[in-house]
Amino acid sequence: MKIVVAIKQVPARDSLLKVNSSGTWIEDADLAYEINEPDAYALEAGLQLKEKEGGEVVVLCAGPEGASQTIREALAKGADRAIHIENSGGNAVDPLSLARAMAQALDGEKPDLVLTGLQSDDFGYGQTGVILAEVMGLPHATIIMNIEAAAGKIKVKRELEDGWFQHVEMPLPALLTIQSGATKLRYATLMGIKKAKTKEVKKVAAAGLGSGAAPIRLEKIYMPEKTKRSQIFDGPPKEAAAQLVEKLRFEARVI
Amino acid sequence: MSGVLAVLEQRDAKLHKMSLEALAAAQQFGEELGLPVFVAVLGAEIPELAGYQAEKVHVLEHELLKDYTPDAYSIALRQLVEQHQPKYVIFPHTYQVRDFAPKLATAMGRVLVSDVVGHRVENGALVLVRQLFQGKINADIRFEGDAPYFASIQAGAFRADRLKAGSAAVEKTTPELNASQIRTKPLELFRESARAVDLTAAEVIVSVGRGIKEAENIPVVQKLAEALGAELAASRPICDNGWLPMERQVGSSGQTVSPKMYVAVGISGAIQHLVGMKGSKTIVAINKDPEAPIFEVADYGIVGDLFQVVPAIIEALGK
Repeated sequence: MKIVVAIKQVPARDSLLKVNSSGTWIEDADLAYEINEPDAYALEAGLQLKEKEGGEVVVLCAGPEGASQTIREALAKGADRAIHIENSGGNAVDPLSLARAMAQALDGEKPDLVLTGLQSDDFGYGQTGVILAEVMGLPHATIIMNIEAAAGKIKVKRELEDGWFQHVEMPLPALLTIQSGATKLRYATLMGIKKAKTKEVKKVAAAGLGSGAAPIRLEKIYMPEKTKRSQIFDGPPKEAAAQLVEKLRFEARVI
Repeated sequence: MSGVLAVLEQRDAKLHKMSLEALAAAQQFGEELGLPVFVAVLGAEIPELAGYQAEKVHVLEHELLKDYTPDAYSIALRQLVEQHQPKYVIFPHTYQVRDFAPKLATAMGRVLVSDVVGHRVENGALVLVRQLFQGKINADIRFEGDAPYFASIQAGAFRADRLKAGSAAVEKTTPELNASQIRTKPLELFRESARAVDLTAAEVIVSVGRGIKEAENIPVVQKLAEALGAELAASRPICDNGWLPMERQVGSSGQTVSPKMYVAVGISGAIQHLVGMKGSKTIVAINKDPEAPIFEVADYGIVGDLFQVVPAIIEALGK
């Protein structure tokens, strides 16, 4: 089974974010980056399927030069090779243009299965996978917890709301977006890290990505205004705790 | 039509709880833009919808719309949108909408603006606000090019109790669908565990998130829950890790709660968690990151290390 896993590099989860002076994007020069968490689970799902069914895992990543680090880490965990769409369009790229560039980069690959995380921790559109499925003409299912493959078909467990799930069957090739947390993530082994250095990373230019006409435009970004007037206690723990308990007793009267 | 079309979600002929919020958003957009409001619902008629202010309720009925599939839903809706040409198409941002609306928008060469939390009208055009970086930053998004423009509305962003009543004509149509167009086969719906813990009945909830770092540290918050006579709950990553059972999860995939007091310990406040608890009467947040989105919904907050703050609160409660 040939499995393509689309991954993205995003600012590390606990980054302190600041908006740049023009309000177009965050100040990203000094940020640490990591793989988008749901994509890490998509990669894990791909690697587990390959172990069961045989085949190949190809990592697809659109991002700037710095995304190479995240690609190497995916290769170190066991992906066989990678395609890096060099995209410096950054925040100006809408998900449809991006998905078209991804489909183009996969031209000739003919994957049996394409996996993505269900959403990204930066833009959080939660739709690049579904758009890619439509662009590639593939059936899809989203928010997937488990995949069983058999004879050109897959049966997946889809998460619904309020604790409900549903099984869905579909033919291959197909695209799935993967939910976080359904399995344990593996670590790269020392051998894996060594091997990753020699694995193929094909670079694909995405000239013009983010410069053409797009159906939506991100106009500006800003820190959200607090809608509720919160009382924040930020003194030493004992002092803050005493203030809080007093408020809960005599103002909110909840204890 | 050139109006605002609200596409609402039902299962077993019951409206999804976010459907009426999406209709409230559509009514508000319609009023501010001077456009009529239309409603569409797929698979079953919902009689109560005729009682809201709208031009028309379109009921799309077909054997192939009875069980949801992304193929049938997007084909049927595309026919409706192409026939009536609404300027805006508004959805609730449910799991189901996330599954088919991006596909529909793509098929029509558009991009859905997903998970909208606010809006303004500028020169007769809708500018939408959505969150980036798990709620830490907001972005203003504009539509470019020709209509239709697609958007989905986050839970709680618009209030269903502000819906305007009225009377809408109901029009049933049967879209052109055939079984060969449906590539996925939906099977049974199921729940994994009987819900032994009903968090919705709890008056006080102490909820724990990633900030707790390790399973071994859970007793730190357990003690706080005991001191407050509270039920212990958690955000998704804690349950995924098996540190607390799934039935104690609060959020879009877990339970939705609105206790008298909700104490969020080491929870940053991702959207998926906030929708499950922001209706709580008093919200207390303890987090080391002063910019964590949880502080936006909190009435009281302590910025600090939970491993120092929580024992200090337990001590103060004993005094």
